[in-house]
Amino acid sequence: MPLLEIDDLRVGFDTEAGRVHAVDGVSFTIDAGRTLGLVGESGCGKTVTASSILRLVPSPPGRIFGGAIRFAGTDILQMPSQDLSTIRGKEISMIFQDPMTSLNPIFTIQKQLGEVLTLRFGLEGMAARSRSVEMLGTVGIAEPEARLASYPHELSGGMKQRVMIAMALLCEPKLLIADEPTTALDVTIQSQILYLISELQKRTGAAVLFITHDMGVIAEMCDDVAVMYAGRIVELGNVVQIFERSEHPYTKGLLRSLPRRGLSRKSELPTIEGVVPSLLSPPRGCRFADRCWRRQERTPGEQQRCDDEVPALEQKEQGLAACHFPVGAVPLLAEAEVSGGR
Amino acid sequence: MVGGSPDAPLLVVDDLKKYYPVRGGIWGAKIGDVRAVDGVSFTVARGETLGLVGESGCGKSTLGRTMIRLEDPSDGQVYFEGKDLARATRDELFRLRRDIQIIFQDPYSSLNPRMTVGEIVREPLVVHRTGTRAEQLEKVRSLMETVGLTGEMLDRYPHEFSGGQRQRIGVARALALDPKLVIADEPVSALDVSVQSQVLNLMVRLQQERGLTYVFISHDLSVVEHVSDTVAIMYLGRIVERGPVDRIFGRPAHPYTRALLEAIPAANPLGRRIRVPVEGETPSPVSPPPGCAFHPRCPFAVDECRADVPVLDPVDDDGGHPAHIHLAACIRKHEI
Repeated sequence: MPLLEIDDLRVGFDTEAGRVHAVDGVSFTIDAGRTLGLVGESGCGKTVTASSILRLVPSPPGRIFGGAIRFAGTDILQMPSQDLSTIRGKEISMIFQDPMTSLNPIFTIQKQLGEVLTLRFGLEGMAARSRSVEMLGTVGIAEPEARLASYPHELSGGMKQRVMIAMALLCEPKLLIADEPTTALDVTIQSQILYLISELQKRTGAAVLFITHDMGVIAEMCDDVAVMYAGRIVELGNVVQIFERSEHPYTKGLLRSLPRRGLSRKSELPTIEGVVPSLLSPPRGCRFADRCWRRQERTPGEQQRCDDEVPALEQKEQGLAACHFPVGAVPLLAEAEVSGGR
Repeated sequence: MVGGSPDAPLLVVDDLKKYYPVRGGIWGAKIGDVRAVDGVSFTVARGETLGLVGESGCGKSTLGRTMIRLEDPSDGQVYFEGKDLARATRDELFRLRRDIQIIFQDPYSSLNPRMTVGEIVREPLVVHRTGTRAEQLEKVRSLMETVGLTGEMLDRYPHEFSGGQRQRIGVARALALDPKLVIADEPVSALDVSVQSQVLNLMVRLQQERGLTYVFISHDLSVVEHVSDTVAIMYLGRIVERGPVDRIFGRPAHPYTRALLEAIPAANPLGRRIRVPVEGETPSPVSPPPGCAFHPRCPFAVDECRADVPVLDPVDDDGGHPAHIHLAACIRKHEI
């Protein structure tokens, strides 16, 4: 049984202009000890998906319309709120892009870390203190003893981020949800944090859901990848398959548009023309249809199918993809060009 | 410094400094300086792109702003076509600013929300009294086309556009006066990946068509490698290494440059490797470490590194254009 199983999740937001279908039938699973990357551009629904797991979607205006989120077999969405609080911060921890989302500005670091330890393990006093110092050291904070007395505002951004991570890791969660944890940080600090997360995962065997828009971070950290576009998962598979043999034109387009080693400098980068569709009135069929770079190669009848019929996420030659005409099925000139550019 | 001849560099920055006072005590007396930019020198050849790289707080944005006198420098010179911007009078500056434009990171806050896009792009022409009204409107139309937007969009307001489109509007405005030099401060950092490549392509195409010179400020090394001819790496207010892009990315000489390159996650799961990252954080520019500012984090540091600030010296003696010399500020650059 997978540790986390999300099944046909649907989340919407009611706005003055109507209902925004932010997450529209998302399903995936994560096993213990594995890392799943959830990747996509802003507004694709990846953060809403992650927040739903701990029922953190603000309501109103947000509402979970359907689906199930089973954690170790129990549906979180059906759970009474008091049971939920036994899971939050204990079996599931979440770290955010902005550390102040989880740090309280009016308490010292010692107080905040101590509270976690008391709640989770009943540790208090010197035992809690020494465990806190140890964890601050582990996340790379210099002079951890002295830092315990600090308030969050006395720390730099990178340090606050590490304190939040220390707090999340002190719980030794079974599932760690990391929502763009390093996006606001410099690359050298980012590599420290990524290293930490993978080291702790090795030690505790936690499952990690890693949300990011950075393909480099995905390649570095994840075992499996789910690519989201406009509220749906368009491709799901092993990280190597996604990067080397992606089936969905959106995934391929994203990867091709990255400047990377081996491309000649100042050469024209492949682009994905157009913009993400409005989720107030999303396209009927495939949501990527009007931006798809393979559209011109299709017959008018095939184009009609992309416009009208929602593609299901199903097994193609290489992996799971939601596309009527997956890339793997048709050898393409453009495909040869991609591998040549590597 | 002679300007005008095609081989002369377009921009020469010489020992530029920008200090901000730190005040303290009950009287708010000056108790020290933040050395945001601390003796920076570089040269940019006409029609080329200098990539200016560094982590947050290294002073790269302050350098960009000080270079074109959006901030007054504390010391040093900035020669643009041989004229010193740092000492130019208001009138001279006004004229020079026709030739120098800036594109900002945030396409959401750099456009006036109460002006239509047509007014925004036309504004520099109005301010500099360039052409008749009809000529200005014609120019705005052609600029919109150049950046890939249509004429019908002229009467709309910035909020009606996506991030990528707004950045195109920023580019159109920067090009209105046909500048020679464009400072681009993190121009694609706020954009989604699929849109980022559209804006990069646009900037590269404009450079080729118009012979533009860019100073491209970014923390994203892959982007900088793609667009730059030369690269300068900043750490705590100073340039620690600069030179041709192939040298910086292929044979970096400074330990900090190496650490940066090492830290970028490559979008290639097969190239994944266990890396023990460089330790520590950038120190505060209010009280920088003595000697080389990178020494507390540097795996190669020796006692001498703590004593003297290293000079930016040539890595080897292949001559060429002053913009293309490979320099590094590390006393151990030949041993490591």
